[in-house]
Order: sequence, then structure tokens, then C-alpha cells
Amino acid sequence: MRMPWLVYLIRRFGQASFVIFAMAVLVFLGVFAIGNPIDILIAPDAPPAEMEAAIARLGLDKPLWEQFLIFLGKALQGDLGNSFVYAEPAVSVILARMPATLEIAALALLMAIFFGIPLGVLAGLKPETAVGKSIMAGSIMGFSLPNFWQGLMLILLFSVLLGWLPAGGRGPTEVILGMRISFLSWEGFSHMLMPAFNLALFKMSLVIRLARAGTREVILQDYIKFARAKGLSTQRIVMVHVLKNIMIPVVTILGLELGSMIAFAVVTETVFSWPGMGKLLIDSINRLDRPVIVAYLMLTVFLFVLINLLVDILYSVIDPRVRLSESKA
Amino acid sequence: MSSISHKTILQNWRQSPWWRFFNEFGESRLAVLGLLIFLVLMVSALFAPWITPQNPYDLAQLDIMENMSPPLSESYSIGSYWLGSDDQGRDMLSAIIYGLRMSLGVAATATFLALAIGTAIGILAAYFGGRVDSIIMRLVDLQLSFPAILVALILLAVLGKGVDKVVIALVTVQWAYYARTVRGSALVERRREYIEAAQCLALSHPRIVFMHLLPNCLPPLIVVATIQVANSIALEATLSFLGVGVPITEPSLGLLIANGYGYMLSGKYWIAFYPGIALLIAIIAINLVGDQLRDILNPRLRR
Repeated sequence: MRMPWLVYLIRRFGQASFVIFAMAVLVFLGVFAIGNPIDILIAPDAPPAEMEAAIARLGLDKPLWEQFLIFLGKALQGDLGNSFVYAEPAVSVILARMPATLEIAALALLMAIFFGIPLGVLAGLKPETAVGKSIMAGSIMGFSLPNFWQGLMLILLFSVLLGWLPAGGRGPTEVILGMRISFLSWEGFSHMLMPAFNLALFKMSLVIRLARAGTREVILQDYIKFARAKGLSTQRIVMVHVLKNIMIPVVTILGLELGSMIAFAVVTETVFSWPGMGKLLIDSINRLDRPVIVAYLMLTVFLFVLINLLVDILYSVIDPRVRLSESKA
Repeated sequence: MSSISHKTILQNWRQSPWWRFFNEFGESRLAVLGLLIFLVLMVSALFAPWITPQNPYDLAQLDIMENMSPPLSESYSIGSYWLGSDDQGRDMLSAIIYGLRMSLGVAATATFLALAIGTAIGILAAYFGGRVDSIIMRLVDLQLSFPAILVALILLAVLGKGVDKVVIALVTVQWAYYARTVRGSALVERRREYIEAAQCLALSHPRIVFMHLLPNCLPPLIVVATIQVANSIALEATLSFLGVGVPITEPSLGLLIANGYGYMLSGKYWIAFYPGIALLIAIIAINLVGDQLRDILNPRLRR
């Protein structure tokens, strides 16, 4: 009996676990084997007796492979060490910052979709007009502008010159379900606007290109001609037939890009002093808080692999050709 | 007599692929403009010590009394500060040209190394095929599934600051693009008759790969490399802005912007603004050139 679906799932899960394992090896080697881990983990002015006790306690006298197994075992239980700065488990330090990052990432995603798709469809319907061309020129600018400089210019324009929006920080937050959230008050929301737009601009340019390419392809199809021949209004053709057909690539790419948004949040959060995971990573690098760096790394890799896995599986549900060809390979 | 030979030379030149190449490149005014701007930037970066009004890193030449001068203000030491001066009285125009030197230097070195390494790996994957190919391509896929900025940040977090480390990080995040590009075209070229002929002549593997296969895979690589120079500049600037890139003693444009960031909120915009404009001009100029090269060198778009 052949079960291509199951074969596909097992294969993808196997690949995902392998990637996480490989990254764990790299992170372990990078942080614990390059350079002397004792220098990193123990204060250099500690007395020798204390240093030896610490070495034994941290298991640094054991062979490397054994240390790795211990690291892996603890990591599987969600223990990636304690932060030097906060003296708390590194994972919980990061998780406490996560809602802030997810909040601007979500708003950025919404901006990318609600500005990007209409602009892209418009540019696709009228590629030769001034409107279409300027939309495309704008999307090229969105690709070339370095993210951090674009953020600085936003601050210069909206905070320094016009004084409309706050230049940085998170503003007031409210606690809901144990998470600190800022979008419920106007004051908090106004702090989110610029960081989210900064994060969204690149994705928006991407969505514009995808939507434009998709629209140009779709309007040549027979079913659009047929819809026109039936006498449907342009509005209905665009809203129903065109939109539905360009959504598949847009949604797939955006799903994949969700992870890179969290990576790019590092830049945005630094520019706008937004207290999220990305700013935490930069602060930890500057303060040599290695456990937090390791934990951030492992969490991000995990998140990435998870997102890739989900998108692949979803895609194979939508498009059966993908899983059939993969399960044969 | 001489006029005839002159004509034949001209005719030969007109038939040469180079002539066609330059001709097609010149069809886009924007691309020519981009190339010109890029050349001007390159030359000013190369000759920075001779053309800048002052050496921005020689403290004896700085006038601390004239710090924070706005753009176009008069100076007692160097004539005038065209683009203003920073917190230490450093002429921004000089600082930008020196910063450009750093940014372009790092980007060019990283691109060249990534091109060499990525091309070697990709062409080997295509030439030998089979298991070598699938292992290398899995690695490439894995590498490209993580955003460049994240991988570079991780590497620099582990390695520490430094110009050489930034180059290592940029090469690490970029080799895979070249490997994938060159593998694609090498897979096609490998099946051509001239490779078969070379193999029948029992030429050595290295000779076939580097003398016959590689030259025929170059066009798409040139396009990717051009665009990647722009990406390298942007990525290096971002890393330096975040404070994990080049050291403060050798600032690139990104570090200049990071320095000016603190003064922007008090309205002293020029310290961050002008280095950013220089960065933007460099990136857009290179992208314009790259886009036109892609159009010329892409056989599918051949008229």
C-alpha cells in the first residue's frame, strides 16, 4: 500500500529535525568550543578554588561530546542556561520580550498586505501608465533603501520635523493574558506605527511585485476573458477572480517571510528602541551575555524551521503535485 | 591606404561582441548614468587622501571649536563645511568619502571572495553531479532559507568586531547565491558538445572545468555579482549601524550614520542624513547597472 502523504510528512519532519540538530552542533561549537568557555562563563577575577568548582559544576572537565550531549539534553527540556545580566533563565528573558516583537511584526504584515496587494494589482492592471510605473519605481526604492536608514528618515520626518509621532520606545502597555500589549490605546498604537511601517516596507515592495506579476498573468487567462464576455463588471472581476488567483503565491511568500521579519526586527527595534527580542539580541551581544545569544539563536532557528515546515505542509495540502513529486524523490 | 585600414579596424570593432555589449548597455540612459556615478564614487574613494579637504582621522586637522557646524557654513581651517561637521569638528564631506572607501572596499573584497568560493563549489557540484551535487545543494538551500542579516549577526556575535570578520560574515552569507547560479548554467553547459570533445581528448578535470566550462558560465555570474555588491554595501552598513561591524577607528558609512543617529533628535540632521544619501546613491547606481546587465546578458530576453 502506498501512502505518499505519510511518506512526505515523515520526510519533512526528518529534514526539520536534522536542521535543528545541525544548528545545535554549530551553536555549541561556535559558542562553547571557539575560545575558552571558562573565560566567558566565569568571572576572570574569581579565586582558583571557586573557578575549579565552577568548572566541575558546569561540566567543563568532561570530554566535548559528553558536554554536547548534556547541552542537547538540557536544550530539549527548554533549559538554555541563565542570563548573566538578568540572572534568570535565558529562554524566559527572551519569551518576555516576544510579544513586543510579534506585535509590530503582525502590524507590519497587515500593512504589507493591505497596501501591497491593492498597489500591486493596480500596477498589474495598468503597467504602462504613470501610476503603474511610479508604483514599480516605489517598490524598487523599497528594495534598495537600507532598512535602518529608512527608519532614521521616518524619525526625522514624523518626529523631528512634523512632531506627529513619538521617536522611539514602546509607550504605555496593557496586560492581557499575561502579555504586555500596546495596540489597545492610541498612545501605544502611535508608538507602533513607525516601527511597523519600517519593518513592512521591504515586504510591501515584495508583495507589490508578486501581486503585479500575478495580475499580469491572470488577466490573460481564458476565465477572465470569459468573465468579461459574461458582462461582469471590472470591479467584480478584479475583486473576485483576479484577487483569488494571485493570493496563493502572495500568501506562501508572506508565510515564508514571516520568519525573516523577526530577523529584520533586530534592525527596526534598534532604530526605534523598541524593547523586543531583536533589541535584546543586540544588547546581549554588546554585554557579552552569551546564554541569551545562544537561546535567541536556538529559538529563532526553531521558529524558522517550524514556519518552513508549516508552509511546506500547507502548500502540499493546497497543491498535491508538490507532495507527490517529493515523496517519489 | 591608411584610411582603409582605419575603416577595417573600425568595422572589425563594430562586429566584435564588446561593441555590441557596450551598444546595448548604452540603450538605457539610466544605466549609463548609474555607471558614471559609480565610477565617480569609486575614483573618489580610491583617491580619498588626495581629494578630501581634510583627513578626518587626523585629530590635529580637526577644529573642535567648529563642531556641529551646519551644512555650507564657513570654516577657519578648510574653507567651508559643505555638508556640515560632526561632534568633533570633523568635516562630513571628508568623513563620507573616507567612509565610502571603507564601505566599497569591504563590499568589493567580500563579493570577490564569495564569487570565487561560491563559483568553485557550484561548478564542482554541477560537473561531478550525483551525491556531491545533492549534498552541496542541500547546504545551499539550508543557507538560503535563513535571512542573510540573521546569519551575519550570529557570526559576528561569535567572532567579534573587525573588518576581516565582517568580510568573513559577508562571504558566508553570499557564497550560496553564486554556487546556485553557476550550478544552474553549468548543468546546461556540461551536456554541450565541446565539453564532450574535451573529455574525449582526455583533458584533466581541472582543465575542463576551469578552461572550458567556467568561461561559458560567466554571464549570469556577472549579473549576480553586480547586484550582490550593492547588497554587500547595504548589509555591511546595517551591521556597522548595529555596532557589530567595522571598528570605530575605521568607520564605514553605516557607522557614520550610527554616530549621527544620536544627534538627529536635536535637529542636527546632517551627521546621519548625508552619509545615508551617499549610501543610497551608491546602492541605486549599482542596481541600475546590474539591472541593465541582466537585461543584456539574459539570453531569454534577446531580441
